[in-house]
Amino acid sequence: MRIFLTTITAAISFFTLISIANSADHKFVPALVFDMGGKFDKSFNQAAYEGAEKFKKDSGINYKEFEVTAPTQREQAIRNMAKRGANVVIAMGFAQAAAVEKAAKEFPNTKFAIIDMVVDLPNVRSVVFREHEGSFLVGMAAAMASKSGKVGFIGGMDIPLIRNFAAGYVEGAKYANPNIEVFQNMTGTTPAAWNNPGKGAELAKSQFGRGADVVYAAAGGTGVGVYQAAVDEGKLAIGVDSNQNYLHPGTMLTSMLKRVDVAVYNAMKDAKDGNWSSGIISLGVAENGVGWALDQYNRKLISAEMEEKINQARKDIISGKIKVKGYQSN
Amino acid sequence: MINPATANSKNIILELKNIDKWFGHVHANQDVSIQIENSTIHGIIGENGAGKSTLMSIVYGYYQADKGSIFVNGKEVFISSPVQALNYGIGMVHQHFKLVEPFTVLENIILGAETGTILENSLQSARKELKRLEDDYSLNVNPDSVVGELPVGIRQRVEILKALYRGANIFILDEPTGVLTPQEVDHLFKILKSLKKQGKTIILITHKLREIMDLTDNVTVMRQGRVINNKPTKKTNKEELAELMVGRSVLLSVNKKDKKIGRKILSVNNLSIIDEKNIEKVKNISFDIHEGEIIGIAGVAGNGQTELLETLTGIRRINDGTIKFHNKTFDNSNPINAKEIRKNGLAHVPEDRQRMGLVTSFSANESGILGYQDLNIYKGKIFLKKYAILKDMYDKFKRFDVRPANPILKTSSFSGGNQQKIVLVREMDQEPELLIVGQPTRGVDIGAIEFIHKQLIELRNKGKAILLVSVELDEVLSLSDKILVMFDGKIVGKINQKDADEKTLGLLMAGAK
Amino acid sequence: MATLLDKTQQSNRSSPKWITHIVVPLFNLFVALMIAGIVIYFNGDDPIEALLLLIKGAFGNDEFIGFTLYYTTNFIFTGLAVSIAFHCGLFNIGGEGQAYIGGLGVGLVAIYLGHLSPFFVIPLCILAAVIFGASWALIPAYLQAKRGSHIVITTIMFNFLAAAVMTYLMVEVLIEPGQQAPQSREFNNNSWLPFMHEIFNFFGIQISVSSLNFSFIIAIISSLLIWLFIWRTHWGYEIRTTGANQKAAIYAGISPSKNIILAMVISGGLAGMVGINEIIGVHHRLILDFPAGFGFVGIAVALMGRNHPLGIFFAALLFGALYQGGAELSFDIPNITRDTMVFIQGLVILFSGAMEFVFKPYIENIYFFIKNNLLRS
Repeated sequence: MRIFLTTITAAISFFTLISIANSADHKFVPALVFDMGGKFDKSFNQAAYEGAEKFKKDSGINYKEFEVTAPTQREQAIRNMAKRGANVVIAMGFAQAAAVEKAAKEFPNTKFAIIDMVVDLPNVRSVVFREHEGSFLVGMAAAMASKSGKVGFIGGMDIPLIRNFAAGYVEGAKYANPNIEVFQNMTGTTPAAWNNPGKGAELAKSQFGRGADVVYAAAGGTGVGVYQAAVDEGKLAIGVDSNQNYLHPGTMLTSMLKRVDVAVYNAMKDAKDGNWSSGIISLGVAENGVGWALDQYNRKLISAEMEEKINQARKDIISGKIKVKGYQSN
Repeated sequence: MINPATANSKNIILELKNIDKWFGHVHANQDVSIQIENSTIHGIIGENGAGKSTLMSIVYGYYQADKGSIFVNGKEVFISSPVQALNYGIGMVHQHFKLVEPFTVLENIILGAETGTILENSLQSARKELKRLEDDYSLNVNPDSVVGELPVGIRQRVEILKALYRGANIFILDEPTGVLTPQEVDHLFKILKSLKKQGKTIILITHKLREIMDLTDNVTVMRQGRVINNKPTKKTNKEELAELMVGRSVLLSVNKKDKKIGRKILSVNNLSIIDEKNIEKVKNISFDIHEGEIIGIAGVAGNGQTELLETLTGIRRINDGTIKFHNKTFDNSNPINAKEIRKNGLAHVPEDRQRMGLVTSFSANESGILGYQDLNIYKGKIFLKKYAILKDMYDKFKRFDVRPANPILKTSSFSGGNQQKIVLVREMDQEPELLIVGQPTRGVDIGAIEFIHKQLIELRNKGKAILLVSVELDEVLSLSDKILVMFDGKIVGKINQKDADEKTLGLLMAGAK
Repeated sequence: MATLLDKTQQSNRSSPKWITHIVVPLFNLFVALMIAGIVIYFNGDDPIEALLLLIKGAFGNDEFIGFTLYYTTNFIFTGLAVSIAFHCGLFNIGGEGQAYIGGLGVGLVAIYLGHLSPFFVIPLCILAAVIFGASWALIPAYLQAKRGSHIVITTIMFNFLAAAVMTYLMVEVLIEPGQQAPQSREFNNNSWLPFMHEIFNFFGIQISVSSLNFSFIIAIISSLLIWLFIWRTHWGYEIRTTGANQKAAIYAGISPSKNIILAMVISGGLAGMVGINEIIGVHHRLILDFPAGFGFVGIAVALMGRNHPLGIFFAALLFGALYQGGAELSFDIPNITRDTMVFIQGLVILFSGAMEFVFKPYIENIYFFIKNNLLRS
């Protein structure tokens, strides 16, 4: 009898929970505003898209999305999302900061999140990554894998964010081998630089020609060309943002992971579960927000010694023994 | 369908019946009926805008008639394109040749009539065929010359060859002599006569009475879209045709009083001009013009006249020698400024009114101030005086009988003669000291020619100087007080009008003296 | 014997202006939307609903209208810019770069002089937009006029140069200190152009907040001035003569090189005014990529508007509506992405620009058929 009662109570409370959860689901609307790169940029925005898709799969909750085509649309889109009842609006990229700031003031009851930038308001979560730390680790990997003593970096658009990647990479390479020579190129000065695989391949080939044998691309879709050039020339390449090791097993040395997807997923999940926190979230190697990728695709390229040294450096960064400066120490 | 009216009687190869064609509000052809006999030369004469070219475009399939029918050899046909026209044996020699200049004669002739995919085969068979045609008609064209390098007269023969090669029986020639020297004209007429002898039929569109009289068997006169008269040429004469064309009696010769010449206005000394291709176009020429005289420059087009006119008016630079206008001397280091010299009393009616004298896409009143747009009568401090311009144009159009007398219309909607009047009235109305006129009556109809000639004489009689360049020998002969002949950039003859005749000038023009 | 659909009849015939200026463009637009509708249908959405949402999104309420007119403002500037170059026979593809550099001029004034009185600093900003945009067009113009370098090539190259210059300046020089994002600090609000909702508010009328600002009025005034300049002054006359018939210009003593430079400088100045709308109108700081393709759309606007300020206004309004309505449409039907909107804009450009005269002869033939057969018989 007791068991029966317990079962009934449990069953009732279970169904009640579900119905509560369901009604909550109907109300909860997360929204995601991509920046001008577009959601399929094979990089930053796409990582956000993947995080949102994962949230959708896990929770069964659909999200609203918008791709910005002109700077003005940022504010328009973010306000629009808030006006249409989104509970949390996630804005991708530093360029949306001003828009988030305006909208957050206008809609104090809506939660906002911005990735890669800080907006200091009580209802805004700002997620920034310490890309330089992750780049430091792959810089070490590059320097150790290089036989020529020369490695390369190919950035997308020449902006401080990408310079931060470059700076960390150089620091890491020099840490592993103080005599290393690092070539640096930026693909361009317009947003087209994020999606120019042809030019990426050209730049990579020119760096290979100057003697580099490992090239790190932090250039969105442009990277695809860099990786292909590495395959063509039998050299090594390093991926960025998501784990791109699987693209060309054998020539992809590793990937610098920047877990934008996790940040987006967490922002949606936290808002839904009531675990929301505003303020700055800075994600570095300690928080597993950035890191390096080791899996079955690049296992053979990473020697035990390399792995050990990189992991040691990782620990040292966490402990504060190594300080990675990056482009602008802020 | 057999047309019963023509099946029996004479041997009619082409018949047009009740052709009607509208362009918007313009009734271009109105109930036009013409019968053309086999192996004759049939002239169609009329003023510009009389509907001759429209009618022929309908025959050649460029346009379709709104009403009416066409019969070839007594059978009604529907011609919807030039290709179809050729299928019925109708070929056209255009007023502006449609040849590809960098191609050779042979390549031009097979263009659009290639057989098979390998060009070489077509070229081979075409060469043979061409040889035969040339011999038959004494065309004298080298099939391997590049068309761009040939003189106009030869290019025209290429056009004729092209039509022959395509098997044409009926040849339409639209104003064929406009660009030819007298000698070339003679040669063309010879060719046309031999074509006729071989059984071909020729339709000759022209506004030149002499050509009609010399060449044709029958003549059709058109006016304002209608057929005014159809006649065997023998039964008519120049005066009658002119009157039929214009609708009133026309004075064909110029009435000119003797006039005493005044001060020297322009003097050209040892002038040389080199063009963009670094070819010396004008070679060391000298002449003077005085008040009250008309200096005519005769010559085949392309012998330096254009460059001379353009240099005198500041469009080109002087390379060597001097030009003295009034008291100012210009040379290589002190070039003529087109705007300034116009203000100082030098007006210019350019040879090519459509490409230089007017802006055809502008309204007529805008074309009517070209070159004078910053005169104070037309412009205020900032804005153009729209109503002053309009009023001025209405007045000018009325005085020069520009039709339609509506300056708001687009320049391109005026006929050639009326466009020329717009240029003339613009340049003459400022009472210039010196008027430089190139080809004043090219493509202009008889009525307007008479008017233009009268205006030029009147200006001379007012004591102004005129420099006239024309390829129409008649025109130079009848208007000028003194005639200069240009050949190969040089002045090869200076003749007083009284001592000049067509033959001497023709020989000088051809460089034979 | 007159065939209804015969292209060969197109020449030598003048149909009334309302056919060429109203019926033909509307028909072209209609065809473009039809094809877009078919694509949307096969994409799994209801094209009628999409069209209604598009219209509603562009004109449905005062906020939407505000945004539509805000985009229209940019397109008026770039459309006028392209058109005036066109009147001189030049194809200015460089509106994008000229707008970018124009914005730089605005930004520099606002950054360094923004604390001064608005009555001083705002006119100065406008002047800077014009001067900077004009100077960016001056170099290609000079090269065309004096050296014969083709303006299409040079202006395209100058677009890239403008982007490079701006990126350098934003990253290295004008960046707000201590900031990651390559953008300047926010200007002193003395240099902000008033928003329309603020202006209306001042007169006691409440309208919704949007990006529409005083620049719209500047754009309308510019249209009027350009119209006067082109059609009513002898400078405009000389520019048009140069464009329509360079030989005739030389004949008339009009210097083509002088007019090429003049037309391009005005063109660049107009394109530069996009910077007013964007920089002191909306963003209130210098940012990267604010021209966002407005310069290129200006080409389509000028083509559609037949290089006449009034036509340009309506074409700009159309594209403004497509931008704003399209954004709202993507909100409502997520399946219709911004790429779909680019596709629809492309169709509009194709049919009203590139294929402008494809339907014209048919429409004219129908007109003349009706006129000749129904009115005469």
